[in-house]
Amino acid sequence: MTTAEATLPREAAASPRVGRLRAFFSNPWGKPRLLSVWTWLYIIWTIAPVLIAVQFSFNDGRSRSTFQGFSLQWYESIWNEASANFDDTLLPALIQSLKLALLTMPIATTLGVGLAIGLARWRGRGSGAANFLMLFPLVTPEIVMGASMFLIFSNLYEIKLGTGAQLLGHVTFSLSYVVIVTRGRLFAIGRDYEEAAMDLGSSPADAIRRVLLPLLAPAILSSFFIVFAISIDDFVISQYLCVQECTTIPIKIYNAARNAGNPSLNALATIMMVLSLLSITVAVLILRWFNRRQGTGRSAVEDFARFEI
Amino acid sequence: MATPTGGIVGQRRWYYPALAAPGILWLLFLFILPFYAIAAVAFGGRDQIFGLPIPAWNPLEWQYETFSTTAGELFASSGLQAQFLRTLVYVVISVTICLVVGYPVAYYIARYGGRLKVLLLTLMIAPFWMSYLMRMLAWVNLLAVKPDDPGLFNRLLLLTPFVNHPINWSSGPVSHMTVILGLVYGYIPFFILPLYAALDRIDKSQLEASRDMGANPASTFWRVTLPLSRQGILAGAVIITLPMFGDYYTPNLMTASPENTMMGNAIDLALQGQGKQPQGAAITLLLSAFIGALMIYYLVSVSRAAKEAVR
Repeated sequence: MTTAEATLPREAAASPRVGRLRAFFSNPWGKPRLLSVWTWLYIIWTIAPVLIAVQFSFNDGRSRSTFQGFSLQWYESIWNEASANFDDTLLPALIQSLKLALLTMPIATTLGVGLAIGLARWRGRGSGAANFLMLFPLVTPEIVMGASMFLIFSNLYEIKLGTGAQLLGHVTFSLSYVVIVTRGRLFAIGRDYEEAAMDLGSSPADAIRRVLLPLLAPAILSSFFIVFAISIDDFVISQYLCVQECTTIPIKIYNAARNAGNPSLNALATIMMVLSLLSITVAVLILRWFNRRQGTGRSAVEDFARFEI
Repeated sequence: MATPTGGIVGQRRWYYPALAAPGILWLLFLFILPFYAIAAVAFGGRDQIFGLPIPAWNPLEWQYETFSTTAGELFASSGLQAQFLRTLVYVVISVTICLVVGYPVAYYIARYGGRLKVLLLTLMIAPFWMSYLMRMLAWVNLLAVKPDDPGLFNRLLLLTPFVNHPINWSSGPVSHMTVILGLVYGYIPFFILPLYAALDRIDKSQLEASRDMGANPASTFWRVTLPLSRQGILAGAVIITLPMFGDYYTPNLMTASPENTMMGNAIDLALQGQGKQPQGAAITLLLSAFIGALMIYYLVSVSRAAKEAVR
């Protein structure tokens, strides 16, 4: 490394233009331009393909690679029965995705917030194991979770595969996310407020209801929207717990992506993406509003980026 | 802390476990017990007429025939072994590419983000919240080759001097590249995020100290930044390795070719097929055993870090 650094100036002297270019990119104390170029290229690479897919959802023609002008006909083909390309499988997929996400939100959030408060404050026997158990759904490959629920539903619980089974699956994998988001806030708040309330004679139930829950409100609200976003994006669990008439948007994309004849699938995928990005934006805005009131310096996006495991 | 009176202590003792109970029971019945179902099916029998699995819930009644045949296939030259080795190769290459591509990005944003930090972070996180399937669909569109249309990506490549006829992305040796592209594209946001968090936590004064002691930027990077971010690299690598081992949709979407099937495809095919559920369950068990050590290592290190953070 050091020898390379040492030979650098001599090489630079050989050809002034190359030298200047190299100095521009490799001045060790300046801003690292090469890194900045790399970062922007990376961002373009991750986002451009998706933007192109969105662009073709507005294509006037049937092609997904030649843009022939702007039109909304593929969006119409989702719900307008009179439209020439009407596909009657698209709207049910959208409805199924929304139905699952909206049902998962309240159930997962309620269970998860209870679990988070309980685990954070309960320091007795079993709390360690429970804390550990809660992390497992986050690292288990989805196919293992999907396969295990599929096998137990059809062999032991006798739960019919379909919307109900999918709902149970979605709540199971969303639960841990709610716990993590809520737990972060719980640690930030500390125990002092509840202790104070209880020292002043309130019962634990009252301390939680009247002191802790209002303080947790932003975390609870933002987990609500995070659950919506991860539920609407889920594919593997939804697919494993579905036989028929429970096709969600991701299942539809999986089944049709390689042989879809026209951009209506792109239109459906775009709707799903907008919905999940909107709900994440709402979640970030709620956290930001909360941070402002608390006066912490960091932005909510940065907080979100720190959201680990 | 004030000492609460006896009554409240008594009340608190059951109150918090009671709050956690519904969630714990939920996970017990819908996460832990289903896991046991995989074992019960893998070690169970099969209906002779319909091929339906007869799970053995009692470990004393377990039959190891299906399982040992399946495990044997893994050690003999067979389709399953080929899929397993292919998965291993794909995962190792993809994680390496994620590291090489992702580290500079995370490093740049954490250290030199400056005024643009929030914008860069937002753009970096955005793919995290786009559906995986939507992002795969985007590439399927770009790479689609039809008789009358080479596809957008090929058209772009044909402009360069290196390519002079459209490439078929979904067969032959190129198809491996296509699947790896899909894996990297799909999983890299999940790799970058924990890495960024680790790099962002590094105290700037440590880097300044290294500089003040006479280290040049390169040795500061190799001897201070890199070791301090090791935990983030490990976290990111584990987070993407685990789901990659269970992936079946990426090869199916990117190429749909039998040359590219992974372990996940073997599980998926067996579980969806008539009369092959015990095999599917056995492969799932083998896969879980293989990655279980990785999972537990990771969870232990995460919960240790969490405990330290609380203190």
